[in-house]
Amino acid sequence: MNRQQVTATINGEHKEFLCEPRQSLLEVLRDELFLTGTKEGCNDGNCGSCNVILDGTLVNSCCIFGVEANGGHITTIEGLSKGNELHPLQQTFLEGTGMQCGFCTPGFLIAASALLDENSEPTEEEIRHWLVGNLCRCTGYDKIVKAVQDAALILRERAL
Amino acid sequence: MRNFDYKLPTSLNELTDMLSHGGHTARLLAGGTDLVVAMRGGRMTPEVVIDTKHVEELNELSFNDHTMILGASVTCRKVCRNPQIVKHFPALIDCATLIGGTQIQNRATLGGNLCNAAPSADTIPALIVLKAQANICGPHGSRQVPVETFCTGPGQTILEGNEILVSFSIPLPREHEGAFFIRFIPRNDMDIAIANAAASIVIASSGETIIEGRVAIGAVAPTPLYVSDVEPVLSGRPIADDVIAQAADIARQSARPITDMRGTVDQRKHLTHVLVRRALNGAVNRARGND
Repeated sequence: MNRQQVTATINGEHKEFLCEPRQSLLEVLRDELFLTGTKEGCNDGNCGSCNVILDGTLVNSCCIFGVEANGGHITTIEGLSKGNELHPLQQTFLEGTGMQCGFCTPGFLIAASALLDENSEPTEEEIRHWLVGNLCRCTGYDKIVKAVQDAALILRERAL
Repeated sequence: MRNFDYKLPTSLNELTDMLSHGGHTARLLAGGTDLVVAMRGGRMTPEVVIDTKHVEELNELSFNDHTMILGASVTCRKVCRNPQIVKHFPALIDCATLIGGTQIQNRATLGGNLCNAAPSADTIPALIVLKAQANICGPHGSRQVPVETFCTGPGQTILEGNEILVSFSIPLPREHEGAFFIRFIPRNDMDIAIANAAASIVIASSGETIIEGRVAIGAVAPTPLYVSDVEPVLSGRPIADDVIAQAADIARQSARPITDMRGTVDQRKHLTHVLVRRALNGAVNRARGND
């Protein structure tokens, strides 16, 4: 089967690549573009490890074909920091130990950043509800929720 | 996953053409939350996959004086974010907000939920009680069918060769009309219903008498089930606990559940009674203007 040409803006950079229709966006990111920060967990839309932002919406990249992203704007975990300056979420996850093994962390960071993009002052309940599609088997979630609250505060203070 | 030919039509004509020429295994791709998983698991092996996301008619979301047109490829997220749907159809919000998590709601579509025809599909009971009509387009023209007749078995629908679901037409609620959807799962989120129920109700302006009521139940039969026997029990009756309990009894009798990993026959029958009662009470509250 022919590989198809796909053009997308990934973390602000124009990218062109070839992929087979059956390759998920996750496979394309990891295997074709070597953006391996995005993780494969369940590979069926349950765990959130593969989260990326596609055209402004949070998605599971395992449940999208790479060819569907043609013309799209994608943000992966590699695009969250500005150079060496961590995103406030990355900072608060580190400082508050919002991770242990770290496998789910890229997905949580991307999901939380999508939340903070549209809600600068989420309640604990809103954070927990937003993150129901992200599974973490280490932390018990409390430290993650706290890290998101702390990052939201930093972002609000910066916006003043 | 087996490879396939990916097609991206930009008009309804192009879409129906591609489907006609795609062979009997061709599949439509909307949000992909069911299809991609089924293909990866080898349960579906289409040779052609046709993406519906760029076809205008399938992405329509519009209102006229009497009806909402909701395209089959409109996502749960767009439904939940639309202020007019929030105002007119809170029962659609009830179900669209609890399908999967944020990531799934951003992709999953109401058309896909209907065409996937899972007995436990959460949006179908709400669509049924809202009197949604499915607008179908095929090689021999268009037709419209009530949503309650659309599913014929688990994963089976009335769609014939090369027909597609284009949109839903849903009548705007009348005065003093309310609808409600509720489901039971053992967790808070991210699970499949053990049982679910939706109800809609029109009450007299006095707020004490039922003019019309509809009930639909899910995950308790091979398809989401419209319980038509409830209507005569509710019409013209006072809004009272015993009337609502009688309707819930009928729904429980109509349920034909199975025992599986999620629940037993007895549990599902019991849940049907509880959920229908709660759905009717929720619908009455909304019909009275309380939410």
